[in-house]
Amino acid sequence: MDIFARNVPGTTAILQRKTVAVAGCGGLGSNAAVALARAGIGQLILIDGDTVSADNLNRQHFFLDDIGQPKVDALAAHLHRIRPDLALSLWRRHIGPSDIADLHPADLLLEAFDRAEAKRWLIETWCEAFPERWVIAASGLAGIGRTEAITVRRSGRIIMCGDFASDMTGGLCAPRVAMVAAMQANLAVECLLGKP
Amino acid sequence: MIIINDRDQIDWHEGMTVQDLLAVMGYSYALITVTVDDELVPEHDYAHYQIPAGARVTVFHLAHGG
Repeated sequence: MDIFARNVPGTTAILQRKTVAVAGCGGLGSNAAVALARAGIGQLILIDGDTVSADNLNRQHFFLDDIGQPKVDALAAHLHRIRPDLALSLWRRHIGPSDIADLHPADLLLEAFDRAEAKRWLIETWCEAFPERWVIAASGLAGIGRTEAITVRRSGRIIMCGDFASDMTGGLCAPRVAMVAAMQANLAVECLLGKP
Repeated sequence: MIIINDRDQIDWHEGMTVQDLLAVMGYSYALITVTVDDELVPEHDYAHYQIPAGARVTVFHLAHGG
């Protein structure tokens, strides 16, 4: 059985040698991780200290019977139902700046945190620790509609997508969250293939 | 002259720091990430990092949500 038979030719062998750290396994991280697994990434480091709650199910890649489980464990089980061969490293905890050095196996960081302050230290600490490696971040994915407002901005090894304005206090809805997550995964694949 | 976000042009002066620039632009410190000529400038360097003439500065606004 070759689940990659329809993948873009020439990509699978490259991507299977790559490791992506997914920091946060909520709306962005859970959906991006599924896309990365299907794309053929060899290893994911899943980082999240939360458990699945009912109000996650409107946008995150979890199911009713996941409620109460650590997010990284529930997500790992779903990913292994798609890709039993996918290598996973599970960090069932919230991380801080002092943890970033331990992410050295990762070729690329996918930033998927909730809080802007956390996004900031994560991006800054990653860039200081691994200035030659990509970070794909997201900013502004709340609300409904306004598809045209979602864009990609780049500077050096930092790539960020979203509308750079909408705030989660206005509510989070599956299509817009999943769209930005898929954009992050698409950008990650592009970078890992050396085609940014 | 320096260019902000590939769009805005700001007058440059000798010794201008990232902190000076942010004050001119009116950006909030807590919710941004800044690069100068594609190099990240961490928050703790804002007061010291001197922006070269003709630099391209990128200011990413970080919104809550993930």
